[in-house]
Parts: sequence; structure tokens; C-alpha cells
Amino acid sequence: MIELFRRLIFLPVGASTVADGVDALHAFVITATMLVSTYVFGAAAWFTVRYRRKSDRQLTRRLSATVRHEASIITLVLGTFLLWWVLGFRQYVEMVQPPRDSDVVYVEAKQWMWKFTYPDGRDTNDVLTVPVGRPIRLAMTSRDVIHSFYVPSFRIKQDVLPGRYTAVWFEATQTGTFPIWCAEYCGVSHSRMRGEVVVLSQADYALWLRSGKGQTAEIDCGRGPGSCGGGDLVAIGRQVALRRACVACHTLDGQRHVGPTWSGLYGSQRTLADGRKVVADDAYLTRSMMEPAADVVAGYAQVMPTYQGSLTAAETGALVELIRSLRDGPVAPAGVALPALEITTAADGGRGP
Amino acid sequence: MTEATYLNARTTIRSWVLTTDHKRIGILYLVTLIFALVLGGFFAMALRIEHLTPGHTVMTAMTYNRSFTLHGVIMVWIFMIPSIPASFGNFLLPIMVGAKDVAFPRLNLLSYYLFITGTVMVLVSMFVGGIDTGWTFYPPYSSSTPTAIPTALLGVFVIGFSTILTGLNFVVTTHTMRHEGLGWMKLPLFVWAIYATSIIQVLATPVLGMVLLLVVLDNSLHWGFFDPARGGDPVLYQHLFWFYSHPAVYIMILPGMGVVSEVVATFARKNLYSYRAIAYSSFGLAFVGFLTWGHHMFVAGMSTFDAGAFGVLSMLVAIFSAIKVFNWTWTLKGGAVALKTPLLYVFAFLFLFVFGGMTGVAVAAMSLDVHWHDTYFVVAHFHFIMVGGTLTAFLAAIHYWFPKITGRMYSERLGLLSAALVFAGFFVTFFPQFLLGNAGMPRRYYDYPPQFQPLHIVSTAGSWVLATGLLITAIYLGHALFRGHRAGDNPWGSRSFEWRTTSPPPTHNFHATPPFDIDPYDYTQPLPGTDDDPAAEKEAA
Repeated sequence: MIELFRRLIFLPVGASTVADGVDALHAFVITATMLVSTYVFGAAAWFTVRYRRKSDRQLTRRLSATVRHEASIITLVLGTFLLWWVLGFRQYVEMVQPPRDSDVVYVEAKQWMWKFTYPDGRDTNDVLTVPVGRPIRLAMTSRDVIHSFYVPSFRIKQDVLPGRYTAVWFEATQTGTFPIWCAEYCGVSHSRMRGEVVVLSQADYALWLRSGKGQTAEIDCGRGPGSCGGGDLVAIGRQVALRRACVACHTLDGQRHVGPTWSGLYGSQRTLADGRKVVADDAYLTRSMMEPAADVVAGYAQVMPTYQGSLTAAETGALVELIRSLRDGPVAPAGVALPALEITTAADGGRGP
Repeated sequence: MTEATYLNARTTIRSWVLTTDHKRIGILYLVTLIFALVLGGFFAMALRIEHLTPGHTVMTAMTYNRSFTLHGVIMVWIFMIPSIPASFGNFLLPIMVGAKDVAFPRLNLLSYYLFITGTVMVLVSMFVGGIDTGWTFYPPYSSSTPTAIPTALLGVFVIGFSTILTGLNFVVTTHTMRHEGLGWMKLPLFVWAIYATSIIQVLATPVLGMVLLLVVLDNSLHWGFFDPARGGDPVLYQHLFWFYSHPAVYIMILPGMGVVSEVVATFARKNLYSYRAIAYSSFGLAFVGFLTWGHHMFVAGMSTFDAGAFGVLSMLVAIFSAIKVFNWTWTLKGGAVALKTPLLYVFAFLFLFVFGGMTGVAVAAMSLDVHWHDTYFVVAHFHFIMVGGTLTAFLAAIHYWFPKITGRMYSERLGLLSAALVFAGFFVTFFPQFLLGNAGMPRRYYDYPPQFQPLHIVSTAGSWVLATGLLITAIYLGHALFRGHRAGDNPWGSRSFEWRTTSPPPTHNFHATPPFDIDPYDYTQPLPGTDDDPAAEKEAA
């Protein structure tokens, strides 16, 4: 049924967990739209024929709406609209909230290409390789102008902005290759900014992970080849934290210092100096690096300088990934290393407290 | 027929270019607007031809990007925003309220010349590098592009002043210059629509002016309001831009709705099903329309709560349009319906507006928007509203008030033919674009994957039918302007106030005290003191 509907209105295959629900709502909305259009136009056509003018001086009787008639139409139409909103909003909430156990891939967009950086430290251009049946969260930023990450077959889209991180997630339900298109106008080669998602079976994905080992020992985080050393993003994050002296004020082991500790920080609720409560997610962490004065945690003085323009996108991503690895305390969990596949990635040994 | 009209009172060029007569200013606007429509249409046709094949067809990627930007900027700011208010609003609003002119006639002339100045600036930008940002000017792309951003944006800024002054003029005119005994509830619904539009123009346009200035500063002096590399916030721009540009959608469509109310009542010879519902829903649109801008940004980076709130508010604003559609349709019931050219255009409006409006509701159902956002689905949706709505209403208005403005009548047969062509051409052009959007084709794509080509070819073919319909319209209206037979004062037998004076009207609009004794939609008894003039109508048919 849903396949027939897809073919009828030119929808691409639905290859993610959200696609079927979105397409079902689509079918509901389109069918109702067709019915309403037919009804309105049918009524207009019928009245035009039935009440056609017989003489140019013809007079008509006054015929006005009753409150009941108007109210019943309004109730019916508004009820339908609100029902669509309820259904659409529920799906939207599902689409913007990645499951807690998602694997993360960092995405950097620039005119006119996509760069994907995996937790084990390797990166690829324009081709995103993921396993089927695993939730994948993309933490995305742009190096220049606004782009938009769009995979039609997954029914997902998210703008990618310079200077901040946005997230999108998906779980592919079938293997295959699906196009990625940039959906936000970004300059002369906007229409050539295309890539693809390659969805592999879990076994193939494990092979792919192994095959890539050791190939990306040297990471370029925007300061020349090898500037960030090697290893996975967490390891790179450690090096960045040392080099930029983040650890002069932030501890990794839970102790209070000039600034809050990074241990257990990720995902926790923070009470700010002005009484607001916020969750320490990627956006919050990024903002705190770029605009430290925006969200000062209660009990701390605002002494941190801004790192806007001095931390590269890759360095920022690595720091966020480091903080994320400390979410459950000082010892990094195996979360970043795809536990479902029992695959260990590089630099695990270096993760001490 | 040598009686004095606003057309033959004085005929020097100076008497036209320095006129303060609201009717002549309306004509000046109308001529300029048609020029803008032709220019914007030229770019549209070029874009459609480029899409006949993937990759290069007739232009380079840079030319394509500049063309769709100019198409958007010209159509939005030089054609659609001023379209019906500045031309027909200017011509008719004072007559409909029984005044000799607008409240500030000289300000009215100034606003026309501001409009011309801004238009010239936008056109100049075409020749000094063009602009390639799209009509939405999103930073940081617009902060860094080397194209002629300052010239074009300052042009739009100046046009904004013209919009504000026109709106202000209409608000004051409606409040202070209504004829004695003409209460709000006796006003023609076109006046209500123009009044609600004017309120939006006065309140929303300053925000656009401000935000465009900031982009110009970012672009030319490298300030950093919206550029993250300098500490700015590009999403802030989007909030400010859509704070204007969503209400602007109602600036474009509300006057069209006013036209539809007039045409439906006249050609059904019947009172509107609910005058109050139509009048108040205009205010509903104007007010709630200010609170829905965030639905342009569901995937831009906004909190889930904000997105949800904007989703609900968008559902609420849609209900006011639904109320209007329902009341127009039911006005036909029990009427005496004559399917003439203006009414055929109104039927096209109804069909396309319902379709465009319902797809608008669909994109406000938020999970669907994630797939459709920035694809051809959205392009099709807003063309159904803007072209299917505003342009068909504009054409309905031209055909309905042509005898009022010129005193002459066009060929009804050619009118019906071209209206059918415009409708069919429009539908064939834009319906395939819904399907392209479903398939995932992003907008503003110069090059596209080959599987989309068949739908693009159908769309391009439709655009030729649409252009043919408009060309025929231009020819027979041009002919009727000089050779059309005399229409008489009230060829449609309307009860509305603008038909209760001669056609074309005298310079001061009325020969004697205008009769505002009856309801403008009362067809229950013969018009007191006149005949319904059936002769002219038969001749026209």
C-alpha cells in the first residue's frame, strides 16, 4: 500500500526508521487535500450551473450564513489541521532527538563538499559509510556558509551552520547507496554538492572498519597535515585540551577547579548563574567555547576567553567528543567504539583518568 | 461622449508624471508593474528553458544563480508586494470610501517615485555584477559574495519606504475620509482587505529595511552582525527576515482576496454568504500572520518547543483562509451566476489557492516539512499561492475593472480563452514541481540528476502555455484600450460604490454627492434611480 503510494507521487524509497511514518502522514494529508479541493470546486461548479443567470436584471434573495454552519466548518477544518500537527509534531520530536546509544560521525561541510570524520579518527569525503540497523548521529558544522544535509531516502534534512553544531540522526533499514544533496543554496556549485550514504550490513561494516585501520594515523585538524597527531577523536581531543591549556581550568576527573569539570558533564542538567537550567549537549558545549559569557554555570566566575576563530571545527568536534566520552565519569566507556560489533578502535589503551 | 474624465481632463506628459490624482498614480503603478511582470517573467522563462536538460542548456551556473535571484527579487518586491494595493488600491480605495482622493496625495506621488528609484537600483544591480544569493539573501553567503549586494539591497530598502508610505496613506484615508453615513460594516470588502494589508505594510516593512541595511554593512564594510566568522549569528538573520517575509505573504495575497470578494458578489448578483466572516478573517490573517515566521526554519536550528509553537500557530492562520474560501463558494448558492472572464479567473484562484493553501498546511505538519523544505515542493507550494493566487486575482482585477478605468470593453471570448490557457498553463507548469519535490529535488539547483528530466520538460512546456495565455491577454487588452467599444458606466450591473459613478470617473470621482445609502452587496431590489444597464452587458458577451 505505502509502496504504491510512493510510486504514485514520486517519493524515493523509504530507507530509514522514520520514513514509513512520515509517508503515511503524507498520504493522509494529500488524500484529504484532494478531497477538500474536489469538494470546494465541485460545489462551485454545481452552484454555477444550478444558479446560472437567467436575466441581467435578475434579483436574488438574501442568503446568509448561520453561525452554526460557519462554526461547524471551522471546527471540522481546524480539527483536521490540529490533528495533522499533533501527528507531525510527534514525528518531528522523534526526528530531532537521537537515541542515547547512537554512534557519532562528525560532518564538516564546505563549498562544495562533505567531509565525514568517524570516531576511530579516519575521514572520508562525500561518502558516508554506516551500518544498517544502528542509530547514527551526525554532529555537523560548516566551514564557510550555510549548507543543508539532506538524504531524501531517509526523509531527513538539517541545516549545517558555520560557528555552531547542529545534529541529525537516522537509522537505516536497508543496505544500499542513497544520495546526499545540499539543500541550502551555497554558491555557484550548490547543485554539485552531492554525496552518498553507503549503508552496509553489520558484517560488511565490521570489515570496512578493520580495512581502514591504521590508514589515518595522521589527522589534519585544520592546521596542516598531522597537526592533531593520530588516534581517534577522543585522543585528538586530549591533545587539543592539553595544547590549548583547557586543562588548566577544567579537570577530567571530577574535581572542581577554576571551571567545571568535564567528568560527567555531557548530558547533565546545568543550573546557570541567572537561574536558567540547560542540558549540556553539543550545542551548549560549543556555545560555551565560542561565547563563554552566554551560559555561566552557577557558582563559577566568568573568566574564560572566547575560542571563536581560534579553535578549528575539527578541534571543536574533538573536544566535544572527549567531553562526551567522559559522560559517565572519568573512565571513558566503550560507547564510541560501537559496542554492538565488539570492535575496538585505535588508542583505547591511552584512555586513563 | 465628451464628458470630463480623469483621463481627458489634462493630457500633457507633465500632467501625468506630476499628478497627485490617486487614479492616475494607480495607472502609473499599473504600467510599471506590468513592466516588472514581463521582466520577471522573462527570467522565469529563461530558467525553465535551462532546466530542459540537466547540466548546461543555455546558460552557465553563475548566470542561472543570478537569474533566479532576479526573478525572485523582481517578482516579490517590484511586482507582487505593490501589485494590487498600489494599482487598484490607489485607483479604487478613495472612490469606494466616497473620497475625492487619498489623505496625502503628494505623499502618494512621492511613494511612486521612491518605488521607481528602488526599482532602478535593482535593475542597475543587474548590470554591475548581478546578485546570486536568492531573494532571501541568507548570510553568511550574502556577507561574502562579491556580487552587487549593496545596490540591490538598498534598492529593496527604498522600495520598502514606498510600501510604508502607501500603507500609511490607505490607513489614514480609510479612517478619516469615509463618506458621511458610510460605517465600517458598509465598506466594500476590497477596502477591508487593503486596510488589513496596509497595517501589515506599516508594521512589518521597517524590520525588513533594518535587516537589509545590516546585511549591506556586513557585505560592504565587513561588519559582523550575521557572519559567525566575526561573531555574528546567521540564524538571527533568518528570524528577522521571516518576521517580515511571512507577513509579506499576506501583503501579497490579502488584496487578491479583496478582489475575489468583489468579483464573486458582482457575478453572482448576491450578497456575500457572510460579510463579517470575510472582513474579520482579513484581520485574523494580518494578526496571526505575524506569529508564524518560524515555520520557514524547522530545519534551520531552532528549539523543538519553538518549532512546535510555530507549527500550531501556522495551523491557526490557515483557518482564516479556509473561512474565506468557504464563504466565497457558498456566496454562489442561490445567486444569478454569469461565468464571465473575471469570474473564471476567480475560479482559477479558488482552485489554485485551495491547493496551494492545503499544501501550505501540509508543510506546517512539521515532520513532512523536514523532507519538503528547500525542495521543489516548496517552490510549487508558494507559486500556487503567489502566481495561482496573487497573479490570477490581479488578472481578475484587470478584467473586472478594465471598463471602470478605461471606459471600454475587451473581447469576452478572448478573455475566457486566455483565462483558460493561463489556468491550464499554470497547472502544467507547477504541478510537476510538487512531484519533483517529493522525489527530493532541491531548489536552486542548476544541475540535477537525469531521472528528474521528464518532469522538468513537462513543467517547461506548461510555462509556454502560460506565457501564450498572458501574451493573448496583452494583445486583446491593448487593442481594447484604443478600439474597444464603450462599456457604459456599470457594465456588470454591480451594486458596489465604485460603479455608482461614471466610467471612467471624473477627476474628483463623483459628479454629485455619491449615494452611500445602500449596502454594496444588496441585489434584492433594483438599483434605485438607475437601470441595471443590461444593454452593455449583452453587447460585451
